Amino acid sequence: MGERFVTRGFVGRREPDSGAGGLADERRRRTPPGQYLTDDFPVLSAGPTPRTPLDRWSLTIDGLVSKPITWSWEEFLALPARDWVVDISCVTKWTHLDMRWRGVSVDTLLESIDLDAKAAFAIASCDGGYTTNLPLADVLNNQAFVAYEYDGAPLAPEHGGPARLVVPARYFWKSAKWIRGIRIGDRDEPGFWESLGYNNRGDQWLEERYSGD
Amino acid sequence: MAIDWLLGTVTGVRDETPTVRSFTLGLPAWTGHRPGQHIDLRLTAEDGYSVERSYSIASEPERGGEVDITVERIEGGEVSPFLHEVVVPGDRLEVRGPIGGYFVWEAGLGGPLLLVAGGSGVVPLMAMARHRARAGTGVVARMLFSSRGPDEVIYAEELDQLAAAGDGFDVVHTLTRRQPAGWNGYARRIDEQMLAEVLEPLGAGTRAYACGPTALVETVANGLVRLGLPPDRIRTERFGPTGT
Amino acid sequence: MEERMALMREDPAVDLTVDGNAVGGLLGSVFATEVTAALGRCASCQTSSLVGTMRVYMRGPGVVVRCPACAEVVMRVVETPTGMTVDVRGIAMLRLPPGR
Repeated sequence: MGERFVTRGFVGRREPDSGAGGLADERRRRTPPGQYLTDDFPVLSAGPTPRTPLDRWSLTIDGLVSKPITWSWEEFLALPARDWVVDISCVTKWTHLDMRWRGVSVDTLLESIDLDAKAAFAIASCDGGYTTNLPLADVLNNQAFVAYEYDGAPLAPEHGGPARLVVPARYFWKSAKWIRGIRIGDRDEPGFWESLGYNNRGDQWLEERYSGD
Repeated sequence: MAIDWLLGTVTGVRDETPTVRSFTLGLPAWTGHRPGQHIDLRLTAEDGYSVERSYSIASEPERGGEVDITVERIEGGEVSPFLHEVVVPGDRLEVRGPIGGYFVWEAGLGGPLLLVAGGSGVVPLMAMARHRARAGTGVVARMLFSSRGPDEVIYAEELDQLAAAGDGFDVVHTLTRRQPAGWNGYARRIDEQMLAEVLEPLGAGTRAYACGPTALVETVANGLVRLGLPPDRIRTERFGPTGT
Repeated sequence: MEERMALMREDPAVDLTVDGNAVGGLLGSVFATEVTAALGRCASCQTSSLVGTMRVYMRGPGVVVRCPACAEVVMRVVETPTGMTVDVRGIAMLRLPPGR
């Protein structure tokens, strides 16, 4: 990627509480290229909101693992969870800083199973049929979690509740709503949007929106 | 094969109204566009912070090697105040495009043509009207243009000229908040009754394009369907309530 | 779908479902003919429905058209700077009405 052209005289939005440096500069620094900041949480969907009753909900890890594992809702809630405060960027250009979630790290989910030596990819599948793909390396080491609370309350169905994947370092389409399973594999499988022209990796800092970016 | 950002040079600046300004961008590598398409504009600060905005192309494709965009200055916006207050001829701006395959009209598609605009939604429709005039095929076309007041009518003079050309184009204005003395045109928001009156001489074979705020576009699309226009003959482009 | 609909000009708001008429022009340009009055057979459940009655989700990275009977994906359209991608795996057959 070559040097970026700098637009003469452009400095960006002046935030109300800006002085020299300080808060406004820090918020801008945290905004990936091409994004605008919002305090909203827009609802964007590819289909009707699934409404799986909790007594029928389960989360499964399978594929290239020593033994597949499935948690019921109660079992999932009993797993060690923590609070996460992360910045989220959607490919539709909104970025929301400091979104507060509660959820279970993917590391925790994978703790009790052994991954096959060939394991390299995680394919998330969801109620409603949505899928997305990530290299295993992108979801380990506290880079991804399965969230069940947002902003101190149970995750609303239109935002992916009861539980969704959250991968803060990638465009939000990778944070699969209504997640029900993660399949570990040795081959990459482009998911719902990846197979239609969106970038396979989706790093918002490299502005990987579309394939070919 | 991603389309790269191009560098365009501002070769002209023109005030359309007190709050609306047009910019001509010279683009030597431009491959051309279709009326109704838009470009993405990217602005980058020295620290790497960047923003992108989309702007409809206002100019007709017959003007090769350059495009016009028309930008309304939004109070508190991040980009439009910059474009209005800082950018001068000679400045260069990053541009990507043309983008869009749906909200497009070319003279070959024929008519009759109904162009319904709300405020700055007139921009892509102006590209269509300008192209229509240059194509010279005499497609019957009518623009229904909603603005808040006479001082806010974008392209007012040019629209008068296009209508006076006698080649089958006319403009019906509705001024929703302020009207000049002696005004006997429409003075309210677009509604189904107005659409019926405006559509009547054009007939059932009309192709309609509506662009503007979401609420206006939805009123127009629903109204035209109820008036019997087939849905596939109605194309819409919505600007959200906050275009900055 | 106009990519712009998903860009910042749109007010971030609750997802709105529309029907196939909302994308009648888009699909018309994809298929080079009017299709909202065409009968589309869902590849999942084999139900035939008028395209104009299919459920359309268009806020988000792309346009998703779903079967009104079983809600499975019938069509997907994504517009990127390099062109438009159309996935019609969900349509088993499209039957177009005669004439125009």
